[in-house]
Amino acid sequence: MISYDIVIIGGGPAGLAAAVSAREAGVDKILILERDKELGGILNQCIHNGFGLHTFKEELTGPEYAWRFIEKVLEAKIEYRLDTMVMDISEDRVVTAMSKNDGMYQIKAGAVILAMGCRERPRGALNIPGYRPAGIFSAGTAQRLVNIEGYMPGREVVILGSGDIGLIMARRMTLEGAKVKVVAELLPYSGGLKRNIVQCLDDFGIPLKLSHTVVDIEGREHVSAVTIAAVDENRKPIPGTEERYTCDTLLLSCGLIPENELSKKAGVEMSRITSGPVVNESLETNVPGIFACGNVLHVHDLVDYVSEEAQRAGANAAKFVLAGGTEAPKGHVVELKAESGARYTVPSTIDIDRMDDLLTVRFRVGDVYKDSYVSVYFDDERVMHNKKRILAPGEMEQIILQKKKLAEIKDLKTITIKIEAE
Amino acid sequence: MIYDVIIIGAGVTGAAVARELSRYDAEVCVLEKGEDVCSGTSKANSAIVHAGYDCQPGSLMAKMNVRGNEMMGDLARDLDIPFERNGSFVVCTIESEFGGIEDLYQRGLKNGVPGMKILNREEALAMEPNLSDNTVGALYATTAGIICPFRLNIAMAEHANVNGVDFRFNTAAEKLTRDEDGIWHIRTNNGEYKTRAIVNAAGVYSDVFHNMVADRKIHITPRRGDYMLLDKTVGGHVKRTIFPQPTKYGKGILIAPTIHGNLFIGPTAIDLDDKEATATTQEGLTQLIERGETCVKNVPYRSVITSFAGLRAHEDGHEFVLGEVTEAPGFFDCAAIESPGLTSSPAIGEYTAGIISDKYGFKKKENWIPTIKNVLNPANLSIEERNELIKKEPAYGRIICRCESISEGEILDAIRRPLGARSLDGIKRRTRAGMGRCQAGFCSPRVMEILHEELGLPYEEITKRGGTSNIVLERTKGTNGGEA
Repeated sequence: MISYDIVIIGGGPAGLAAAVSAREAGVDKILILERDKELGGILNQCIHNGFGLHTFKEELTGPEYAWRFIEKVLEAKIEYRLDTMVMDISEDRVVTAMSKNDGMYQIKAGAVILAMGCRERPRGALNIPGYRPAGIFSAGTAQRLVNIEGYMPGREVVILGSGDIGLIMARRMTLEGAKVKVVAELLPYSGGLKRNIVQCLDDFGIPLKLSHTVVDIEGREHVSAVTIAAVDENRKPIPGTEERYTCDTLLLSCGLIPENELSKKAGVEMSRITSGPVVNESLETNVPGIFACGNVLHVHDLVDYVSEEAQRAGANAAKFVLAGGTEAPKGHVVELKAESGARYTVPSTIDIDRMDDLLTVRFRVGDVYKDSYVSVYFDDERVMHNKKRILAPGEMEQIILQKKKLAEIKDLKTITIKIEAE
Repeated sequence: MIYDVIIIGAGVTGAAVARELSRYDAEVCVLEKGEDVCSGTSKANSAIVHAGYDCQPGSLMAKMNVRGNEMMGDLARDLDIPFERNGSFVVCTIESEFGGIEDLYQRGLKNGVPGMKILNREEALAMEPNLSDNTVGALYATTAGIICPFRLNIAMAEHANVNGVDFRFNTAAEKLTRDEDGIWHIRTNNGEYKTRAIVNAAGVYSDVFHNMVADRKIHITPRRGDYMLLDKTVGGHVKRTIFPQPTKYGKGILIAPTIHGNLFIGPTAIDLDDKEATATTQEGLTQLIERGETCVKNVPYRSVITSFAGLRAHEDGHEFVLGEVTEAPGFFDCAAIESPGLTSSPAIGEYTAGIISDKYGFKKKENWIPTIKNVLNPANLSIEERNELIKKEPAYGRIICRCESISEGEILDAIRRPLGARSLDGIKRRTRAGMGRCQAGFCSPRVMEILHEELGLPYEEITKRGGTSNIVLERTKGTNGGEA
């Protein structure tokens, strides 16, 4: 069996950044396994700009952003294998992979970094009634067809869901000469970034109908019309509010799901909220030596945060490997909790003795909050109380914890993030 | 040319008749209006091999069901069809109706169903812990099974084809006339066909063809059944097929594992006029959720990956219409085939081919090929065997559908084999590529690329399932021709 110090599953933004930082931390034998025929992951089909504002202080397209990291991977001579699908990961870090050239083979990994990204929720999971004709695409599939394959799915478009990819595709299809008639969103708020709503819908006069859903799809062979209706507070369609749009394409942008089939095979514990692994301050899962970062861990809205998180995962995996594949002894572990409006935190636990001097904790809120406070409690004591003009589910939030501060409190058990009105 | 037999419809019934007729030295052709076999009712049903206890004793339904069930084991082995006798329960949840279970058992005995048992509450719950808390008892039928309905249909058609039966797709029969020599003329959208005998296996349209030639008319109501398919992670919620007690609308909403490990819920029973109305409705999907939990608790509806609907060919008399129409010699019905039609199909094939070969004195072929293989499933191979395969055929090393782990090799096989796939759905039904939890979001552009390269089909002509179901419309700006 061949062996590597670190095997990284996925050559998208998370995998690339993790590889580079693991190398910078001094790990020699690193292997990236990528199922597509190029490195870069989903960024390759994201040809719009807006990437890298935080990381590089400039606006790059997706492929440009990816290239910044691919260049570093090439310079560092980090090994990668393309067109390679990982079929299995075992609890003791044996990775089974397969490709046309190499067949099926196993790799013993000193550490594994999960960086498989996420997938889109399909129509079937939404229980939308109607026919099942051609012309219904998840927004990302349509994005691939348009931007990579160079084909337009249709000319008249309705979009269900206001996730970022749907918003981006509303603009993209419009620029390609299609008429995007409406974007319907089931929830009373958009799941996408504010800037995307402005730049992709408002600027093109595309209406966004909140609290609306698709109630019928017409067309036996190909989509010919879609009916949307307003929904009540229980998200049930309100009779009499139906509006029918003739169209040949229905795009769906109704949520992203971290792709954790492999993680589960390895025995990784999953969070019911994020659908990603439960991790500690090192972004390490419950299985020693298996780390996770990027959209497989929790869905991000900015790739800059993916890169930053992945760098930490890479550095921590390197630390694990360089310590001989054994963990530093457990120190003072505190639990992180998300309550009253905050939905989850990444990480879920912090070992104060092992954490870096500064630790970014990311979380999302479950609803839209105006002029509210992000509060942090150390056990029962409120230690942070930051006013926010707006908090929305579509925008990831973060707080930064200082090791010094945490270490001062002797019996600290729980750190809780809450959204408070005052 | 004049065919000996033309079969209208390449669904599971037409394919079964074609396969049985392929044993004989006869010129046989199947006309199918769809672009592929298994395009109508046969692709959207419960995928259950019924034991046969609920049919009226003495009916054709009872005979064909029990015989079909009996034939299924050998057929699945010979044609390499995924099939398992997982057994079924009819669960009683109301004490006062437990007599109905005993009635079903007695009916089963009359129909000649082997291997039935009546279970009390404790026995039933011990075998199926997720049964309703109200469970009173159950009828357990050990011979009931689950099957891949696509492979059953496709395999019988492939088998007929390798044994010499012609198939004409995108060919819709429109008018049947019989000339003075007793030869039937079938007008289609693709020209006229002549034949000595016609088999009417036209599913929900079988009344239309029957009524063109018969004095005693029949009337088929398309009875829609909505279904939900759940993720494989919850496929073990029940091990057996769980039915409620039957009503006049049929066997009720069942919950079953599928042969591929998903969990399956359905069907509703909603009578329609439109023979093409396979759209699910809010009403139908809501019914599945409300009534699905009659016999099984904690149904994990959150894990739904798709929902769809099929149409049963329900005849007013609720009985299969089989055999030659007296006043139309040479016209043989396989009409009004509703549940248990999938189970009965091999028996209907055997019965119908039998009366036709008797009438025309067909002789058995000497070189009939008895078995065929399904698309190879590399997941069943060891790493060593898989590597041997990839060395010979590298395409088996490239995964195209990540959810179901389907390789390029399997997809190429699906295209290249007899009656090969020409559309995304054709590939899906032969390989399962696109049938998993992401519902083809990931693999469809990749499958399109393979169809494009393998068949030389321009992207704009690639369809989901023939007709006007094109996936893409045209090139983006600035990519006029050439590769993107």
